[in-house]
Amino acid sequence: MEQLLGTFSLGLFILQIVIFVGLIFLLKKFAWKPILDAVNTREEGIKNALLSAENAKKEMQNLKADNEKLLAEARAERDALMKEAREIKEKMINDAKVEAQAQGEKLIAQAKATIEGEKNAALADLKNQVSTLSIEIAEKVLKEELSNKEAQTKLVDKLLGEAKLN
Amino acid sequence: MVIYKKPLQFIIAALFSVMPIIANANPTVDSVATTTEQTAKENVSEEQKKVEERAEFIQHHLLDSHGFTLFSYGEKENEHHVGFPLPVILWDEGLHIFSSSEFKHDTAIVESKGKYFKIEHGIVYSCDKNGVVDHQAHTNPLKRPLDFSITKNVFMILVVGLLMFLLFGGLAKSYKKNNGIAKGVGRFFEPIVIFVRDEIAIPNIGEKHYKKYMSHLLSVFFFIWFLNMFGLTPLGVNVTGNIAITAALAIITYLITNISANKNYWGHIFWMPGVPPIMRIVLAPIELLGTIIKPFSLTIRLYANMVAGHIVLMSIIAMMYTFNNVAGSGFSFVLAFVLSILEILVAGLQAYIFTMLTALYFGSACEEHHHEEAHH
Repeated sequence: MEQLLGTFSLGLFILQIVIFVGLIFLLKKFAWKPILDAVNTREEGIKNALLSAENAKKEMQNLKADNEKLLAEARAERDALMKEAREIKEKMINDAKVEAQAQGEKLIAQAKATIEGEKNAALADLKNQVSTLSIEIAEKVLKEELSNKEAQTKLVDKLLGEAKLN
Repeated sequence: MVIYKKPLQFIIAALFSVMPIIANANPTVDSVATTTEQTAKENVSEEQKKVEERAEFIQHHLLDSHGFTLFSYGEKENEHHVGFPLPVILWDEGLHIFSSSEFKHDTAIVESKGKYFKIEHGIVYSCDKNGVVDHQAHTNPLKRPLDFSITKNVFMILVVGLLMFLLFGGLAKSYKKNNGIAKGVGRFFEPIVIFVRDEIAIPNIGEKHYKKYMSHLLSVFFFIWFLNMFGLTPLGVNVTGNIAITAALAIITYLITNISANKNYWGHIFWMPGVPPIMRIVLAPIELLGTIIKPFSLTIRLYANMVAGHIVLMSIIAMMYTFNNVAGSGFSFVLAFVLSILEILVAGLQAYIFTMLTALYFGSACEEHHHEEAHH
């Protein structure tokens, strides 16, 4: 300790403090502040550049994903549309079939009814004609028969004979 | 071949094995050559004198000096010193300014304005006409004239200050000129500036507060580092191995720590949270002493490391002359070479440690009380 104090120079100590504090302030103004600022700005710049690159990459990926999504959607929509069209087509065919069938059946039924009517009318007409003809024939026959008295009397006799047997 | 692969180890091993033979051989030859006992005695005392002279030289090198001596040649009265004088500025009941050449290499008594001054071991003492110094002045710096001389150390401080100013001022300017990218020698120093920021300041002080301490940390780091490196040159400067310099640096650290300290820091010193009140009273003086011990340890660590390095290195260089034969001197040379490389490492390391601890103290001074929960 004595040795240390013996070599300790108070003047040097004071000078060192003064010079060093002065040096700190000088360097702060002319060196450290500009250097650190420049380094900071540069680092900030690098960080920002990296960040924006990363963002751009992400955006690209998003875009790509979006595109793919859109494509998939379009594809799905197309499929749906085609499916729908197919369904509509089938339904239309079915509907047409059913309608045609119904129409046909209706027509057939109508025709049947008409045929029945016609038939009935024809039958009625035929009946009328048959009855008229029968009457006429019967009249003629009767006229013919009745004109022959002998035969008539014979027949009546025969019939009367038959009736007795009963 | 194992030896072939490791030539350096081989050389050192060979030197070690050969050295004792040759080293012993020399005195034997001497004793044969000397005919009388008296001449042998003279030889020994001559040798002894030389050893003492070397010890004196090493001692002298470690001290500050008032002139800048680059080298000396010649012996005794014919000794010539090559160098340049520096101004001596003293305050002893008035200002005394004269050239250091008037001390005639620390041998003469200088008279200035009715006061007499002389230099002993690099320190100026006031004395009477016959050069008698008050013996208390040898141990009490306050009994000596206040020495504001531009000594060798101050001169080197100014040189390093100027060097730093030009170097880092230039680096700062190169950013503007070169679009934010360092140019020239700044390219080498810029990573070191960033190292101080990222590895010393931010981990110890914290992201939030480190900016206001950066100027001091960078200045201290490069100041110590450059002066340590200058200490390894043959100029023979030993600025960071001077206790006044390291003490001044540590005192500045101490003042900045205490001025910028927040409530939490003082709270931990005077009223330690989380311990019983009686313990708080006991702890307060211990903690307070701790704040003073911190800069004291900074002072001594740097001083002792640099002085030790210089003494060891110079002793090994002196050994070359003491051995005075090929093997021993060669071995000393290799050792000195290896040690010089080690000292280059130590120069950086001590600057790093000083800055690191300074940052650590700053960090404790502006720490927020987030670790309050830890005291349970």
